[in-house]
Amino acid sequence: MKAFTFERAKTASAAAAAAVRTPGAKFIAGGTNLLDLMKLQIETPQHLIDVNGLDLDTIAPTSDGGLRIGALVRNTDLAADARVRKDYGVLSRALVSGASGQLRNKATTAGNLLQRTRCAYFYDTTKPCNKRQPGSGCAAIGGFNRNLAVMGTSDACIATHPSDMAVAMRVLDATVETVNSAGQTRAIPIADFHRLPGTTPHIETGLAPGELITAVTLPKPIGGTHIYQKVRDRASYAFALVSVAAVVQPDGRGRLAFGGLAHKPWRVEAAEAQMPKGAKATAAAVLAGARTTSQNAFKLPLIERTIHAVLEEAKA
Amino acid sequence: MNSNDGFPVSRRGVIAGGVATATLTGTPVGAQVAAPQQTPPTTMPVTLKVNGRNTLIEVDTRTTLLDALRETMKLTGTKKGCDHGQCGACTVIVEGRRINSCLTLAVMHEGDSITTIEGLGTPEKLHAMQAAFVKHDGYQCGYCTPGQICSAVATLNEIKEGIPSHATGDIAAKPKVTTAELRERMSGNICRCGAYSNIIDAIHDVAGTERMA
Repeated sequence: MKAFTFERAKTASAAAAAAVRTPGAKFIAGGTNLLDLMKLQIETPQHLIDVNGLDLDTIAPTSDGGLRIGALVRNTDLAADARVRKDYGVLSRALVSGASGQLRNKATTAGNLLQRTRCAYFYDTTKPCNKRQPGSGCAAIGGFNRNLAVMGTSDACIATHPSDMAVAMRVLDATVETVNSAGQTRAIPIADFHRLPGTTPHIETGLAPGELITAVTLPKPIGGTHIYQKVRDRASYAFALVSVAAVVQPDGRGRLAFGGLAHKPWRVEAAEAQMPKGAKATAAAVLAGARTTSQNAFKLPLIERTIHAVLEEAKA
Repeated sequence: MNSNDGFPVSRRGVIAGGVATATLTGTPVGAQVAAPQQTPPTTMPVTLKVNGRNTLIEVDTRTTLLDALRETMKLTGTKKGCDHGQCGACTVIVEGRRINSCLTLAVMHEGDSITTIEGLGTPEKLHAMQAAFVKHDGYQCGYCTPGQICSAVATLNEIKEGIPSHATGDIAAKPKVTTAELRERMSGNICRCGAYSNIIDAIHDVAGTERMA
């Protein structure tokens, strides 16, 4: 790990100001992803701003009947919240399908959204990776890419976003709240929060330098049956090959979002009209424009089958 | 080796000394590489309440909680396996919750209460989970065992607190101590000897529940 200086932030806007002021600064909250990457020198911050002392660790109702989840709420506490389990079951389900008990106790709501891809070439500093080192090329496109993206990819990057939580946030139309160094706040719809790789896969979100996530808000509950179906190589503690977050209403209409498909949580609102017709029609609409590699084409039929499983479970 | 670190000459000391020697020998003379501009190493004081005792230590900011426990405080019961949060050998209980001590910095834990395997019980007075691991032979080589035991103790607390898991059928209901729940909740602790079955028996024993399937 490269050496760094360390400070504990007192307020969110002071943390944002420190991040702008200090060269090579990064925020640290749970640290479960950042420290892993620092040990491998994929991330080499010169200064860490510990935001754990900020008063951002509560879940509170919003005036329009939703929930405001503080940026520092741990994955365990979010999954265990009685309101989330009752009204946003897909979010609890997604959270407990990710990582391990130990990691969920540390990982935060904001940090989960900002975690980096687990593409093996991003982690391997002896290989080219446009995300790790812009302009160096992509070793994954012609390499071992069984687990990588099939939607929204570019010639520069086929990495996937690894989060389960973010997929549920996407199906629930969550909003990300931030503050910048001047103390100004803004609200970013989750649909616009993560970017596709394009020619700049190293830029993963629209956050400005120093901009700090303070909360994620959920709109008022939409009812329906909440399902998170994750398909992976082992039964627990593994990233998704594909995952489906679903909220299905009694008439068969609903919403679907997908993990393991793209550089961001994937959702095709227009495809949701096909849900009452079944998995085949829905998957065809979701996967229009898919670009597969020699190793990951299996994800297309796997998505159709997983949608089928989800729709059947919703009927049961 | 530091003579006032509280240990007489031991196998561990000899091994550590040996490694240091090998490292020095392996450094080519005059192999000074011009490094890019980097922050010089920085140390900070931090007070950790480890196993009920407040301890002030001065550590490089890069020091993980795991290395602070093992190298600075000489509490070597907590083990370093992968050092990347994948194996669970470093599991300790911080402020009542189990975490991977390799994936957190010591300086992030000012004033925190930390329980390691040494704080759960002693050879004379074992914690119930330690005794159950012995009774059920919940290990072979023993390297993952401190992490397994800390994780198991915290797992039963998490079920008691009503925290759901991937194995919980009705996500809104209170979870129960079932074999499926234990297997799922312990998946962050890897045992390369494959003592999983006996580990599950040990945890069931402490919980007073029966293995199912």
